[in-house]
Amino acid sequence: MATITATRDGVRQAAGQPVRRRPDRGFGTAGGHVVRTVLALFFGLPILFMLVSSLKPDDQIFADLSSPRAFLPVGDISLANYAEVFRTVPAWRFLANSIGISALTVVLGVLINSLAAFALTRMRWRGRGLVLTLIIATLVVPFETFALPLLWWANKLPWLVVQDGRPLWTFGWLDSYQVQIIPFVANAFSIYLYYSYLSTIPKELDEAARIDGANWFRIYRSIILPLAGPATATVAILTFLNAWNQFLWPLMSVQSEDLRPVMVGVQYFFQLDVAWGPMMAYATLITIPVLVLFLSFQRAFIGSIASSGVKG
Amino acid sequence: MRRFMIGRRGAVTLAVVATAALTLSACGVASSGSGGSGGELTLWTHNAGNPAELDVVNQIVADYNASQSTYKVKVQAFPQKSYNDSVVAAATAKKLPCILDTDAPIVPNWAYAGYLAPLDLPQDLVSKQLKSTLGNYQRKLYSIGLYDAALGLFAHKSALTAAGVRIATVDQPWTAQEFADALAKIKASGKHEYAFDLGTGDSGTEWWTYGYSPFLQSFGGDLIDRNGYKTADRNLNGDAALKWANWFQGLVKSGYTPAKSSTDAFADFVNGKSAMVWSGIWNSANLSKLGDDGIVMPPPDFGNGPKIGGGSWQWAVSSTCDQKAAAVDYIKFSLNKKYLAAMAEKQNVIPATEEAAALVDGWQPGGAKRFFLDESAKYATVRPPSPGYPFLTTTFAKAAQDIIAGGDPKKILDQAVSDIDADLKANNSYGF
Repeated sequence: MATITATRDGVRQAAGQPVRRRPDRGFGTAGGHVVRTVLALFFGLPILFMLVSSLKPDDQIFADLSSPRAFLPVGDISLANYAEVFRTVPAWRFLANSIGISALTVVLGVLINSLAAFALTRMRWRGRGLVLTLIIATLVVPFETFALPLLWWANKLPWLVVQDGRPLWTFGWLDSYQVQIIPFVANAFSIYLYYSYLSTIPKELDEAARIDGANWFRIYRSIILPLAGPATATVAILTFLNAWNQFLWPLMSVQSEDLRPVMVGVQYFFQLDVAWGPMMAYATLITIPVLVLFLSFQRAFIGSIASSGVKG
Repeated sequence: MRRFMIGRRGAVTLAVVATAALTLSACGVASSGSGGSGGELTLWTHNAGNPAELDVVNQIVADYNASQSTYKVKVQAFPQKSYNDSVVAAATAKKLPCILDTDAPIVPNWAYAGYLAPLDLPQDLVSKQLKSTLGNYQRKLYSIGLYDAALGLFAHKSALTAAGVRIATVDQPWTAQEFADALAKIKASGKHEYAFDLGTGDSGTEWWTYGYSPFLQSFGGDLIDRNGYKTADRNLNGDAALKWANWFQGLVKSGYTPAKSSTDAFADFVNGKSAMVWSGIWNSANLSKLGDDGIVMPPPDFGNGPKIGGGSWQWAVSSTCDQKAAAVDYIKFSLNKKYLAAMAEKQNVIPATEEAAALVDGWQPGGAKRFFLDESAKYATVRPPSPGYPFLTTTFAKAAQDIIAGGDPKKILDQAVSDIDADLKANNSYGF
């Protein structure tokens, strides 16, 4: 296959035009290092505080607050808070639920949203501009405003189950996994991200593929989706974070403890006598998967955000 | 330049993740049944994350299920902090359980909204209970508690002794003047950064009302006129309320209490940052960290008698329950003195009856824990049993926060009264 470029720079490169580079504005200088260090401390210290506090008893957490000891694993250090976490919360179950819910939301989200953006960018049909406008318009509507109507509808929707070997329709999605996944698969921001990225891929590729006999789905699957890797990485991470951080919706729509995700578990520690140490331990446990995911995909994530070039 | 393509390995990984997730999804429950269908009664409790109390609830349910074969009660526990949101969401979807526990001050609102059904319990059972464990609205009983909680003035005994201040008791609480003298002397001793920590670091609305409106009532004010529940005028902005507001603000201005306490004022108290702290029975276990130096006293009498908030978590039956008689039968079963005693012992709360108190070490007359029962019986005042309470509490909490922040007390209280009266008018006084 010919060399493919997916960004403006890349397209220029493919067309034989010179690529303009931004001049180095001195971010590598001492001043830049200071800014980077301050930012690193700003974002890193809360995580360090969480990790260190997860090892301390409540009294010591508060006693250390007014000194640098708050960020140091000193004093009465132990894993007792972690033991308390597993006594208070079914943490493994919640983690498994969140991983499953988030993973499925990501997989379905990538598929649905990329297909929607593909239809909006590569296929010609009447009204696609209006549809795109409507999709983007939904970005300004906060979830809280339609949470209750959504709950009402979720309680009316049909679902197919198998009972005694026979398929059976039931009504009401509340207290289930699907109610935590399906409403969040289609996402306007993800569609917009894909739309922006797919718009930079030359249309000539589609035409060449069609001449070779490929249908629309083949073009999507074999050409466009593989080229949209950075956009997919960004959508995957943002969708995962959104699904992982779900709190209000599962609180409203799920009653069984076995189905709850991790964020609802945080509330288990807010009793009248708040268990700060165990809460920090729990926060550490549920932050690790997100950090691992981000570190694994950070290059692709940043690449997509910065619209960096790719070539085949 | 780097290539970002989904290769064969990536596709396989995605497929594995999707399969695992789908398997997990397939294990889900497609729909939940109504609260009381087919001999199963669903029970909701706020105790997720509180194994001590949840264990007792589970034990009562297990005993009840074993005691008869007609009904089976099924427990679903929710975290306390978001419990009310879950209940309101379920009511919207018409999915309330048959039996649910409720925070006492919200009971009239939920009764007015049609979430709860009146409880038909034998009078001899009800009459044994502490009055603050009964959730009444419009002269009907809607909820009943297995226990109550209480607030107290926790103190370092050494701080009072060094300042030459007597220790207050339930029978002989401090007067307003004694309290003022104690604060001045403790501050003068300079041993503690603060003489008295009000615990203002809790931004939750209910703490501000539960914790500080009893002081207002002790001054002679209130959140609303309890003769009719139609206005807050002259109760929340009268002379007594203004005196309370000035005293409340004066605690900060005099440097006795921090304008904003830390997130855990009791931990600061245990660490010696404050000599006294306003907190609740739930911190009794933490008080024991101070050994003999940790004591608890009733609030001062500011003229209208010492007051503490009454009413904790109570049990109710939903109006949509199709097995109401069975639900009430379960609640009757749960009021057995041995369960009340077990709750008091495991959760460190005030047993709802004297019979139950007699079964638990420390709660008998003269016992080490008896203070809270005597204090509750003598000084507990339930929060206004009006369906408008959610608005009352948010309005009062905002006013109290503004007063602590240094605002003009008269303007703040007049505004609060104006807001409350407008809400009452808009809602036709909630049926009163």
